[in-house]
Amino acid sequence: MLRALRRGVAALLFPARADRQADAEVRHFVDQRVRELMRDGLSHADARRQATIEIGNVTATREEVRASGWEHSTDLLIGDTRYALRRLRRDPVFTIVASVTLAIGIGAATAIFSAVNPVLFRALPYPGGERLVTIADRGPAGATVEPTYGSYEELLGRSRSFELLSATDTWRPALTGTDEPERLAGQRVTAEFFRTLGVMPAVGRAFDTAEDLPGAARVVVLSDRLLQRRFGGDASLVGGWITLGGEPFRVIGVMPKAFVDVLAPATDVWAPMQAARRAPPNSREWGHHYRIVGRLRPGVDLEAAQRDLDVIASNGRVEFPRPAWASLQNGVLARGLLEDVTAGARPSLIAIIGAAAVLLLIACVNVANLLLARSGRRRTEFALRAALGAGGTRLVRQLLTESVILAFIGGVMGFAVAQAGVGVLVALSPPGLPRVESIRVDGAAFAFGLLVTTVVGVGVGLLPALSASRADVRSGVQSTSRTATGGRSAAGAVLVVSEVALALMLLVGAGLLLRSLDRLFSEAPGFNAPRLLTMQVVNAGSEGQGNEEQLLYYEQVLTAVRGVPGVTDAAFTSQLPMSGDIDGFGFVSAAFPERQVGEDGSASRYAVTADYVRVMGIPLLRGRLLNASDNAGATQAILISESLASSVFGQRDPLGQRMRFGPDADGTRPWGTVVGVVGNVKQQWLGSNATNAFYVSAAQWRWVDAVRSLVVRTSGDPAAMTAPVVRAVWSVNRNKPITRIATMEDMIARSAPTRRFASVVYSAFAIAALLLAAVGLYGVISARVAERTREIGIRTALGATRHDIVRGVLANGLLLTGTGVVIGAAGASATSRLLETLLYGVTRADPTTYAAVIGLLGGVAALACWAPARRAAAVDPAITLRSD
Amino acid sequence: MDAQSTDVVPGTLDMLILKTLSLAPLHAFGIARRVEQISRGVFKVNAGSLLVALQRLERAGWLDAEWRETENNRQGRFYSLTRAGRKQLELETAAWERRVSAMSRLLRAEA
Repeated sequence: MLRALRRGVAALLFPARADRQADAEVRHFVDQRVRELMRDGLSHADARRQATIEIGNVTATREEVRASGWEHSTDLLIGDTRYALRRLRRDPVFTIVASVTLAIGIGAATAIFSAVNPVLFRALPYPGGERLVTIADRGPAGATVEPTYGSYEELLGRSRSFELLSATDTWRPALTGTDEPERLAGQRVTAEFFRTLGVMPAVGRAFDTAEDLPGAARVVVLSDRLLQRRFGGDASLVGGWITLGGEPFRVIGVMPKAFVDVLAPATDVWAPMQAARRAPPNSREWGHHYRIVGRLRPGVDLEAAQRDLDVIASNGRVEFPRPAWASLQNGVLARGLLEDVTAGARPSLIAIIGAAAVLLLIACVNVANLLLARSGRRRTEFALRAALGAGGTRLVRQLLTESVILAFIGGVMGFAVAQAGVGVLVALSPPGLPRVESIRVDGAAFAFGLLVTTVVGVGVGLLPALSASRADVRSGVQSTSRTATGGRSAAGAVLVVSEVALALMLLVGAGLLLRSLDRLFSEAPGFNAPRLLTMQVVNAGSEGQGNEEQLLYYEQVLTAVRGVPGVTDAAFTSQLPMSGDIDGFGFVSAAFPERQVGEDGSASRYAVTADYVRVMGIPLLRGRLLNASDNAGATQAILISESLASSVFGQRDPLGQRMRFGPDADGTRPWGTVVGVVGNVKQQWLGSNATNAFYVSAAQWRWVDAVRSLVVRTSGDPAAMTAPVVRAVWSVNRNKPITRIATMEDMIARSAPTRRFASVVYSAFAIAALLLAAVGLYGVISARVAERTREIGIRTALGATRHDIVRGVLANGLLLTGTGVVIGAAGASATSRLLETLLYGVTRADPTTYAAVIGLLGGVAALACWAPARRAAAVDPAITLRSD
Repeated sequence: MDAQSTDVVPGTLDMLILKTLSLAPLHAFGIARRVEQISRGVFKVNAGSLLVALQRLERAGWLDAEWRETENNRQGRFYSLTRAGRKQLELETAAWERRVSAMSRLLRAEA
């Protein structure tokens, strides 16, 4: 064993010595035989001839002697590898195109699967995460509405399906007392929140029940991220104090580094909810701004929990009184936590997975196509090698080596593409996409992509070797056999047609998405967006102040900002259109107290300074705007949007109608009066139909919003005004954080992140697919021209003009393209259903998109056929005819 | 060529080589001759097969090989049996005898 190894290694390292030995032995054998034959009376020459005949082909024998050791197969492998590398180097265009194709296919597919897999499919990062559910309220039209704390209390008291049930509420405290004031992403949570998720702080402890009672001490749990970023990762902060919203909070715990709150992934601080128990209807606890997450009891599934909740919703109890806007009359909805957090991203991600799969398929087809075309060029080579004695297995082995090397190159490049692609995807991903931080290149996905392309490559790469070892050697050497050629081009044609069809499908998808974006962004937002600068100003530390003091602060800021040269006007609003703010309230009108309108029966609340509507450029349709006389002492003056006016009051004159909103709706407060009707404004995104809104003076709202958006109308470029405006705001008080600084136009551009994401990815894939299809087409048409050189020569000799030849080749290519287009169009119309939810303002069968895409594809196809057509036309009949 | 002579029975070349070398170290040509002599010319050894087989047996560790002077003052590669080779010969001989006796019993029964 050891000896075999030693000899083998010696033979590998010193091939010449091993050869010499084998040689000498053969020579010795022949000499002996010659001597023997001469003794029998033969002449030296005859004896040598006889001996040589007897021993047979000396070279073959020597080869056989050498081939008997294990080192021989290693040696062959090295030889094959060298030969393959030489072949690949000699055909650089093929090598580059094939490996780039592989890299694109493998890379794109890996990046997409890596990005989508953890977001959509991997279990939540919580123990028993599949038993976590969220509970939402339902609006009049069936849309889900965030539940109220009051409903949470009732469900907590009555439901038997949950082991633990907790509620959360968004909290954006300003962190002050350290260097820069900063507005943090936080959550107010009930005491059992961390236990519900099943993850406890890594340092310190979670909240206890007593800390969740109203008026209890202020405590917080921090994320590890915040501890690292703002406190130098010093865990001894636990037990210490930080200042949030101007109040001291005791840090009692730090969550583990890997912990993420999927309900609000950006969260850096958690504080106890400290909500009032059995709060009166006009309190914050009855607002629709909470989320409920529960852990199912073992043995209770989602359906059982839903049935339990349905019974509770439809049977109210006197001990749990419900106000009209939280009557649960439309039921409540329990959903798996994973399903809930991915619901928004799901359609675009699934569409993108589809696109990646199509691209991978195109890459496979293209590699197959390239190898097939190449094998045509190598028929003679294989026939020659077979004639020289290479066995079928040797040829197969060699081609296999080539394919594997190609796959290896493609794989390495593909990994780089995947790595870069994942980075780009994460950078592009819509904000709030759950679990973005867990996206990285997925080894399994990469292996899968590599495997698929390699298998295809190897399979197709073997075809020429098999046909060479089967085919009649002589005919192969002499010329290209016509029948085999025909079969191969037929295969090539099928591949090209499928490539074109697949590319068309992606192009249609990209076209529809781009046109949707175009349509969407040509929608009017309902206000004058250009030359508008916006930012959020946080009145941190205002908790202890009275309303007048707070309102005074905002007035001072407005005065300072208006004084900045280049600023025409400025105003504050509680929420800003296109910014992602969501702040809706239920309402009643005195005329139609039972009428519920809109999807969820709510209207957007804008608590504004008097000039807001004018600064934004929202048209006043009837009545008057708000003014300085609409102050705390006066009757509440209300502006309503056109859609709200018509849906509540129909044909009646809305002016002078009495309405109540939100916590005032229960009737303990005086009615407000509608004083004007303004144009509809798109609050969430440009495609939104939910434009019901009301505007009241901030001075006439029940509370002063501590976080407000400043809108500044500028005479020039609004972005250039950022620094002076920020200085003006801070000139009033340097301790107030300013966040979300953006021009309104930028904000609008970012307002459809999911669609934008999908269309960017789709476009990139479609361009790649188009290029691959063009390469495939070029390859097949070139190969055909090369095969038909002789025929073209004859036709030219018989009087065909260059024009005829070019037309013939182009017609050939365009016929293939046309077939692909027809099939692809059918495929696209079937698969574009996946995209339906992402479309806006265009139908799936949008003829403009189809026409444009087919035109583009046809143009590229014509270009791809042009070069080979020119080559065909340049064929010199004399040379062609003589050469064969 | 002698009409009686035939190629070595397939699968027995290794055994014949081992047996031949168990008597004395020999070079390839000598082995071929010796096999023919002992079998009284019944078996003819193909030179190519013989050289390949020698290489294989050496690689398997059953033979040692060294270059030595031959009887007529030429350099020849002499093969000799190793201990492992001797054991292998015993194994192969036993197996062969079993097969032969089984075969002849069968043939007799047939007749």
